[in-house]
Formats: sequence, C-alpha cells, structure tokens
Amino acid sequence: MTSATFPQAPAGPGRWRALRWSVTDSLVLTWRSLARIVREPETLMDVTVQPVIFVLLFAFVFGGAIGLPGGGSYHEYLIGGMFGMGVAGSAPGSAVALVADMSEGIIDRFRSLPMSRAAVLIGRTTSDLLTQVIGALVVAVTGLAIGWQIHNGLGDALAGLGLALLFGYAFSWAGVCLGMVLRSVEAAQQLGFILFLPIMFISNAFVPTQGMPGWLQTIANWNPFSAIAAACRQLFGNPNPSALVQAWPMQHPELAVLGWSALLLVVFAPLAVHLYGRKSR
Amino acid sequence: MAEIPAIEAEGLIKKFGQAVALDGLDLRVPHGSILGVLGPNGAGKTTAVRVLATLLRPDAGYARVLGADVVAQAGEVRRRIGLTGQYAALDNSLTGRANLVMIGRLSRLTRAEAWRRTRELLDRFDLTDAAGRAVKTYSGGMRRRLDLAASLIGRPEVLFLDEPTTGLDPQSRAVMWDIIRELATGGTTLLLTTQYLDEADRLASQIAVIDGGRVIAAGSPDELKARAGEDRVSVTLTPGSDAGAAVTAVSAHATGPVAVGAGGLLLTAQVPARDGVTTDLVRSLDQAGIRATSIAVRRPSLDDVFLTLTGRGTGETAGAGQHRPAAGGAETGQQPAGWNEDEGVTPQGGEAA
Repeated sequence: MTSATFPQAPAGPGRWRALRWSVTDSLVLTWRSLARIVREPETLMDVTVQPVIFVLLFAFVFGGAIGLPGGGSYHEYLIGGMFGMGVAGSAPGSAVALVADMSEGIIDRFRSLPMSRAAVLIGRTTSDLLTQVIGALVVAVTGLAIGWQIHNGLGDALAGLGLALLFGYAFSWAGVCLGMVLRSVEAAQQLGFILFLPIMFISNAFVPTQGMPGWLQTIANWNPFSAIAAACRQLFGNPNPSALVQAWPMQHPELAVLGWSALLLVVFAPLAVHLYGRKSR
Repeated sequence: MAEIPAIEAEGLIKKFGQAVALDGLDLRVPHGSILGVLGPNGAGKTTAVRVLATLLRPDAGYARVLGADVVAQAGEVRRRIGLTGQYAALDNSLTGRANLVMIGRLSRLTRAEAWRRTRELLDRFDLTDAAGRAVKTYSGGMRRRLDLAASLIGRPEVLFLDEPTTGLDPQSRAVMWDIIRELATGGTTLLLTTQYLDEADRLASQIAVIDGGRVIAAGSPDELKARAGEDRVSVTLTPGSDAGAAVTAVSAHATGPVAVGAGGLLLTAQVPARDGVTTDLVRSLDQAGIRATSIAVRRPSLDDVFLTLTGRGTGETAGAGQHRPAAGGAETGQQPAGWNEDEGVTPQGGEAA
C-alpha cells in the first residue's frame, strides 16, 4: 500500500516533489490537530488530568499497601510505570478523534483533494506524539512533587523518556487502526477504555508482578508496558524489582521496548494505511 | 479540446451489497455549463457525484473529468475539481479562516497564496466577520457558504455540488443561487444535484432526471417541459367584457376547449408550446375588441415533468416523501400535462377558488 502514499508520483524529480508535498500535507494536518487542542484544551485531559489522578491514587491510596521485592520507595517505583500510561493515554482519544473525522464528512473533503492519503494518519500520529510529550512532562512534574528523583544523570533519564515516546508513537498507530474499524464515537470511547485499562494494569506499572498467579505473571512480564516501566526505572536509577524476574523482556527492558515499538509500527502503520484506503471504497 | 466534455460518464454501475445505486448512468456536461441532476431521494444522485469526484470506485462503466479517468487518474482529477457535499465537510472545532487556510494548503497552494485566497473568499462570501469563530457556532447558511468557499479555494475547473441548498432557509438559498450563477458565468463547469425542481429550473442549462440509478430524461429545462405537454394560457377580462367573443378569439389558438371561470372573467385553455403564441392571442383579442387586464402563458413546471416521467412527485420531504404528488395535488400522476392549480381554475368552467 505504499503507492497509496503518493497517488500519482512519477519517476525522477517528480517523485521528490510528491514526497515534499506528502511532508507538507502531514505537517498541515499535524497543525490542524494541534490547533484543535488549543481551541478545545479539555481533549488533553487523558494525558494531563488522568495521569495525575493515577499518580496520586497509587502513591497515597494503594501505595502504602504495596511492598516492593528488593525494597525501595514505592513513589520512585511508581513514576517509571506512569510514563507508559502518560504516553499511551492519548491513543484511545486519538481513535475517537479519527472515528469522528470519518463520520463528519471532513474526510470526504480530504479524499477529494490532491493530497497524500497517508498524511491524514501521519498528521494524527505526529500530533499524538506532541501530546505524549505533554503527558510525559506532566508525569515527571507530578513525580518530582511526590518525591521521585533520577539517580543516573540526565542522559539516561532522557533515554528513558525517548524510549517511552518511541513506544507511545508506535502505540498510537494501533489507536489509529482502532479508529478505522469502529463506526461510532461512543463505541470508540468505550472500547478504548475497556481495552486500555486491562492492558495497563496487567503489567508491573503499578504493582510488582511477583505477587500475581504464575500464568498472569507470564503475560504481565511480556506486556510492553512492563518493559517501558522496567526500562525507565533502570535508566532513572529507581527501584526495579523486575530485574529479579527471569523473563527475557525484564532482563533486557530497553531492547524489549525497541522490539515492541518496531513490531507495533511494522504491523499497525501499514494496516492503518490499508484500512484508510479501503474506507468507503 | 472543445470536443472533450468537462464531465462524461458512460454505463456507470455501482452496487452496495444487493442495492443497486447506479444502474448504467450516462452523463455529458460541456465545458462551462451547469448540469442539474434531478431525482428523488435514493435515485443515485449522491453516489453519482461520489464516483465522479473519485470518492467511490464504480463497479463497471467509466467516467472522465476534464479528460482524466476518475479511477486510473484520480490524482489528476482531484487537482482540478471541487466538491461540496450534502453535509458541510469542515472541521467544526477550527475557525472558518483556519479551515480555508488548511484546505488551501492541502489543495497545493503555497502558504502566501492560501492566505490570500482565504481573505478573498471570506470577503466574497460575506464571512469575514465570522472568520475568527469556530465553525460549530455558524448558522446552516454560513456553514454551507464556507464549505463552498473551501471547494473553490484551489480554483477548480469543475465543481460538484451535492444538494447545495437542502435544509437552507429561502434567503440563504437565494444567496447560494447567486453564487452558483456567478461561478458559471466565470467559466466553471458545474454539476449540481437537487431534489428541488425550481432549483434545477433556475440554475441549470441542462437537466438530467435520474431515477433508479439511471438517466430517464435529459435536455434543457424547456425541452423537458415541452415533453410534459402544452402551454396553458389564462386571460383575465375587464368586467363587462363580452365573454363569448373572447372565447371565440382564444379558441382560434387553443388546442382544446376554453374554460370559463370567475363569473365569466377568466378564460383558460391549452395552447401549443411555440414562440409567438402570446402575441397571436393578444392580436386576436384586440381585433375582437376585448380588453384584458392580464394574459399569461405558462409552461408546465418541472414538477409536472417529473410527475409525467416517473409517475410520482419529487419527495421534497426527506425519506417520507417519495410518493407525494407534485405541487397541485394530482395524485394519479399519469395525466400528460399535470397543471399546477395555483390559479384556482377548473377546466370545467366552475368557480374560481
């Protein structure tokens, strides 16, 4: 489906022009999504209010009852897990926005313009990435407020942040696919929530996996959100009980995040373009 | 180039599952003209527009816009067309100005050009004051105008308008009509679908009546009206006139009996649809010494035409109105020249309403 990206790209210099137009189209649509956020800031709640509430709930309500294998501060432990939620939290909202686009008629406008087909999706995921940066910053600031610190220097911390954003970007393509297959905004809202919460919770993001039943431990240890949490904890120098778990992703969390991100991108990006191309054909 | 029509479609077929939306549709629209595509709900109008605007792939047949195939050269077609659908295709959260600039940029305009065209179109469509407001605060008429402005920003040579005035109040509708006429004067080729007969009559130079996904009649509004039957003349006499002499004078030109109503002061009759029939009537009446206060020759309306062609009205009421009779209440729908009863005269010479 790569041909769908450049509908009438001729050979030679024309191809470069087509590529340049695709980039322009993607930037215009990124700008569109961001302009919508500026006009309707409440749409940012899933990466701003939501992570703050989760941090406060877990730090002060549940945290006291959660013991960490190997010891350490639960507050410091928690923030590594929250980065996954902070960046991936935009995906359900992104699916909802796409379903709304598809049903509102503006997509017909886009389809009747001489623009790049993939730009609608690239613009969406690019603006998602920018909201994810906001989400990550919100988590970091909230974390600093409750006593979270980084112990391995700024370079490692930025590497952790980078991994989380990479995964968040890849994950938003899954959100795009969800938006392509659903027909109503309500369905997207509900399904997004129903899928998102278990995926988040069956991981080491909030509690160490050691206390889970064996079969669930396996799932949790291979959950990409566990890999992000473990990678962040390791890079931030925070307590990381998962280092004691013998599953491969917990022993190599950075590699696991890279692998999961690549896998999500390879599967969902072409699928999203394909689904978009098939829409209403 | 003059030989290639701006829009041509031949044998277009499009099915959605079991439902046949287009069943061998043929269309030809010459450069710079307005084709009105007229038909009831579900006739295939929107599907036809969506195929021609490259949004839908036909199952069979072919269509070209400005010589480019809508399937194989969809990109080329998109560069040269504009589309205004039934529902305003805008981003409701953004301002009117932001919508136009965005669509301008996506239409391959440079940033400066997109801003310049935006200012121009906002001004032309009287939207400058509202330009900084979110589109969701706009009235229906404003939204339609902005949507049309968005379709025009890339200076399309061919413009598709799918029911451009459905749901608009009469004033907004008149504004849209003016804009559409202005575009055609400027050389844009337009294809407009409508279920309003008067709209097609007023705007279109050619009309294609479609029903069941195919064209059942095509021609100029006058040609189509001629197919629905003859003209009707009504003569109002000054009080005290000699009705008998007037009937004799009108009979000389009528193709049927002359009906007398309103206490002998209103004569109605069918006359051949030809030029000069009015002056002939005036001359005969004058020679007979009859003084008339008014004389009117009326062509059958497109409502009559539609009724004649399809055996039913146009269904102005969305969904439920498919079998409503056309104006005048002629439920049978098979009479060849279903006259409007707006003058309140019955052919039997009864009382005027």
